[in-house]
Amino acid sequence: MTLLLALLVGLLFTLGIYLLLQRTPAQLIIGLMLLGNGANLAVFVSGGLTRGQPPLIAAEALEPAADAADPLPQALVLTAIVIGFAVIALAATLVWRTQVDHADNDLDAMQRTDT
Amino acid sequence: MNLWHGIQDGLVAMPLVIPLLGMGLSLMFWKQPRARQTVGVAASLLLLAVAVSLLRMVSEQGITAMRLGSWASPVGILMEVDTLSALMLTLTAIMALVAVVFSGAGNDPEDRHRPLMPLLMVVLLGVNGAFLTRDLFNLYVWFEVLLMGSFGLLILTGGREGREAAVKSLTLNLIGSLVFLLAVGVTYGLAGTLDMADLQIKLAQVHAERPAAVTATAFLLLMAFAAKAAMFPFHFWLPASYHVPTAGVCALFAALLTKVGVYSLLRLFTLPFAVVQGWETVVGLVAGLTMLIGVFGAVTQFDMKRILAWHSISQIGYMAVGLALLAAPAAEVRLAGVTATIFFVLHHGLVKPALFLIAGLVESLNGSTNLKKTGGLYLAKPILAVVFLLAALSLAGIPPLSGFWAKLAVIQASVSAGAGWLVAAALGAGLLTLLSMVKIWNEVFWKPASGTPLPTARRVGRAGWVATFALVLLITVIGLQPQLLFDLSENAAAQVLADRARIVGILKVGP
Repeated sequence: MTLLLALLVGLLFTLGIYLLLQRTPAQLIIGLMLLGNGANLAVFVSGGLTRGQPPLIAAEALEPAADAADPLPQALVLTAIVIGFAVIALAATLVWRTQVDHADNDLDAMQRTDT
Repeated sequence: MNLWHGIQDGLVAMPLVIPLLGMGLSLMFWKQPRARQTVGVAASLLLLAVAVSLLRMVSEQGITAMRLGSWASPVGILMEVDTLSALMLTLTAIMALVAVVFSGAGNDPEDRHRPLMPLLMVVLLGVNGAFLTRDLFNLYVWFEVLLMGSFGLLILTGGREGREAAVKSLTLNLIGSLVFLLAVGVTYGLAGTLDMADLQIKLAQVHAERPAAVTATAFLLLMAFAAKAAMFPFHFWLPASYHVPTAGVCALFAALLTKVGVYSLLRLFTLPFAVVQGWETVVGLVAGLTMLIGVFGAVTQFDMKRILAWHSISQIGYMAVGLALLAAPAAEVRLAGVTATIFFVLHHGLVKPALFLIAGLVESLNGSTNLKKTGGLYLAKPILAVVFLLAALSLAGIPPLSGFWAKLAVIQASVSAGAGWLVAAALGAGLLTLLSMVKIWNEVFWKPASGTPLPTARRVGRAGWVATFALVLLITVIGLQPQLLFDLSENAAAQVLADRARIVGILKVGP
């Protein structure tokens, strides 16, 4: 399962970078989204996968069972997903607005601030 | 005793509480720009007071920490103030005050519809959080906070250019953040902790068994922060965005954004990743190239703000030299290197914003910062000319101004480490910096005025002039009396390089 998810992370990064290099605004946004999801999934996988063992503490015990899942990577990924969502929302609005400015579907046309 | 600890904990939290309150309050005054401005000035003054008292507290009692929710250190998130953090908080507060006063001093009628103050407070919140936290994931969150604030400022003050610059800076910074997040995840997978002091112990153990995995993670982090600090292969976003916003915002960016990247590199590679070998060689190479690329880029420009933006890149190279010297076997060299980096960060955090503010004043007078459309300001505004000369010569490193001592520290440390080519790069970049500053002096101040000033929306009121002059006065005083700041930097460097896991272990209290 870990190998499968690791390959999926690789696939997401590949697609993300490919889309970033296509140089249209929509593909830029989707590429960034795929990269973000790839990073989130990588955090999740590298924390270690445990199936069917929620980190719950039994009624008499003081700590969760030794083989329970680690809740921290899930908390990290949850935070990262929320942040990523906000950033992508801003990026999408921004890119849409600059596209209105330029009336051009090519990111290479944005050269006003270049040096 | 408990009450005293409570006050100390509260003081450590203040650099986060004040901007948060300032943001909320200034949002409430949506239609009263003057009230927003008052909130901003009050928040910056409070921040300055807190930062200075933290600096005093740290130098009297050593490192002070606050545990969020009173959880013990490796479990909970540690907010810690040492001399380095306190110095960076002080720099942030000074620049916040200057930026708020300068931004509020405009007579631009558009300004009242732009909620700059809440976003400015968001940037301060993120920067202060990054300087306080000792948790890797928490650092990522603060970085996102400060980036979101800075994109907002860039978009609001830059108009059409601002939006375009924001697309570029957002894309590159977002990729940097994703690499950072990836590295945080892998670090947790390797060591099972994200607390920096705890990581130092755990990563040393992991490194003994799986050196390749730890080294790869360290290089991911190096890449992420090189992108945020605008170091050589990842510097493109900076010259595309720094010249766009209004001068006050520009000054805040120049003072803080890239510095947080350098600061994080310094923390990560002296604390959690101190065990990794070989990255210093890469940083040394990157530092030299960053210095040179920055000045070469500046030489080709013909706009005051764009020249200054390119020089920001070059100066990051000087700061990275101290990091490269961490590989030196002798402890004195490492101390000298880190001291030089810290002193340089503080010096540049004051001088570069001052130059951007002067560019803002030039724009206010002339309607443009394009060197071809300016001129004659030496006759029209002789005091401004002298102030520019002080700041510009300080940037170029002419004695007895602060830049001279900063560059002297960097070059001395490189000489004692035997890094000859870094010395050569630093001296060459210094010469080209002087060339660019002389170019600005000739074109903006010395040559006769070229026709009538263009109309501009970016007028600066009297308070903006006062803020700029006060900042340059501070730089001049530091240049004439560098010892105090140098001692503080050395103290901070010694703390950063000390056996931190042990110190934090002593600080730790039971759950």
